[in-house]
Amino acid sequence: MNTVDVIADFTHKIENDLNIEPKDQMPEKYRLHLIRQISQHAHSEVIGMQPEGNWITRAPSLRAKQILLAKIQDEGGHGLYLYSAAETLGISREEMLEQLHSGKAKYSNIFNYPALTWADIGAIGWLVDGAAIVNQVSLQRTSYGPYARAMVRICKEESFHQRQGYEIMANMMKGTEAQKAMAQDAMNRWWWPSLMMFGPHDSDSPHAGDAFAWKIKRKSNDELRQKFIDKTVQQAEVIGLTVPDPELKWNEAKEGYDHGEINWEEFKRVINGNGPCNKQRMTHHIQMHQEGAWVREAAAAYAKQQS
Amino acid sequence: MTKQQALYKYLLRLGDNPLILGHRLSEWCSRGPILEEDLALTNIALDNIGRAQAFLKYAAEVEGLGKTADDLAYKRDERSFYNNLIAELPIGDFAYTIARQLLIAVFEQLQFTDLSKSSNETIAGIAAKSLKEVRYHVAHARDWCYRLGKGTEESHNRLQRAFNELWMYTGELFEMYDEDVILVFDGVAGDLNTLKIQYYDAVQKILNDSNIQIPVVDYMQTGSRKGIHTEYLGHILAEMQYLQRAYPDATW
Repeated sequence: MNTVDVIADFTHKIENDLNIEPKDQMPEKYRLHLIRQISQHAHSEVIGMQPEGNWITRAPSLRAKQILLAKIQDEGGHGLYLYSAAETLGISREEMLEQLHSGKAKYSNIFNYPALTWADIGAIGWLVDGAAIVNQVSLQRTSYGPYARAMVRICKEESFHQRQGYEIMANMMKGTEAQKAMAQDAMNRWWWPSLMMFGPHDSDSPHAGDAFAWKIKRKSNDELRQKFIDKTVQQAEVIGLTVPDPELKWNEAKEGYDHGEINWEEFKRVINGNGPCNKQRMTHHIQMHQEGAWVREAAAAYAKQQS
Repeated sequence: MTKQQALYKYLLRLGDNPLILGHRLSEWCSRGPILEEDLALTNIALDNIGRAQAFLKYAAEVEGLGKTADDLAYKRDERSFYNNLIAELPIGDFAYTIARQLLIAVFEQLQFTDLSKSSNETIAGIAAKSLKEVRYHVAHARDWCYRLGKGTEESHNRLQRAFNELWMYTGELFEMYDEDVILVFDGVAGDLNTLKIQYYDAVQKILNDSNIQIPVVDYMQTGSRKGIHTEYLGHILAEMQYLQRAYPDATW
């Protein structure tokens, strides 16, 4: 196929809501956009293992410990599918890790916040995974086949994660005064960063134009954020948590909540590397990767002997 | 020691080993040399914690004081823990963790094969279920022993050093104590002495196939049957039990 035909074929598929598959020809910009987005998504799953892994050894019951271990394994598993989905676009996992370590590839900003108390494990499951699901549900219809299929699988597990996070919060809100205070404190710290997970307002979103045209992105940042707020505020009320936004109020006309302005300066500061844990997360990942080099070399040498 | 006391302590041993090893394996989360191994080690941790819960739940029932598995995991003091010393040693490097996994998993495969025929149905049931998991744990550790033992000079040296350091903790696995004598008589527990030859044969075969020398030691460490541990256990419990101890009135 010549270039004109490639574009015509691609456009035809996109217009008719047909998935683009790895064997299909695609515009270079589409491919690069997807690599950036899918690898960022994969890195987020993997970096997210750090704040949660920080609490496995301190989980307050054997049941909680097992659930957390299972959840973190799911997250790592999501990282694996997503790395594989990105590999279908012609990039290796090793290259993606190099891009992560050099700072070229990003991961979700939310994991640059610390998990300080056990309630944070509840808040991460409920709010962070809750926000991720809203985004991922819309990505089940994204135009790139391997990514869309990974999302279908991931969404099933994420809804379990969100329920377990909510259950931790609900149990604490039924508990002692100290537990209630711990839960509210986690809510106060995680609410705003969770809203930031959807990215800048639509009016300030730099990559959105092409992503919509290519049907990679199906709903705008603000639409998704609104959806998350509307479902989460009600869940908070049910268990007696206060949403830390004095301007939050129900808007009958739009049948959704109006909310206060997000602190975009904080958002930019954390994205630019000055969040509470940016350096720690990346240093840890790089250090562990380097410390594991001799294991990977041994495995490769052994595989070579066996072939 | 009554039969009930013997059974209670024996169940603590069976519960504490996976509880403490599961704790150590959990420490690998986000630290694996590749993502797949991060997942494998935390998956094995999960199997261990699940088994700990099953045995400690039954231990609490046998004790008959209305406690739960969580009470036993989170509110017992160091001197009342009966896990083997090998389970509580720090994770070390990946070779050390793999060597420990092999030394423990091979033992557990033999032990649970035996206990799946226990006259005590609850023990037999947990043992049979655990056996399925432990077979995978053995295969995982064994395959890594081959890779590390034969991979590069560095990996070989690290694995050899790990086995050299850990070997003196294997004797304790077979120690028969008062509770064993009582329970073996009733067919509840197995005679650990009968497993010893098979154990060292199986481990030596894997080490031979990994180009690893069998370590020679002149002393085997001991103590856990009396609740005497390494200094490491206190730190594990301080971490593991902290929320339960800091908020004694809370349920989670």
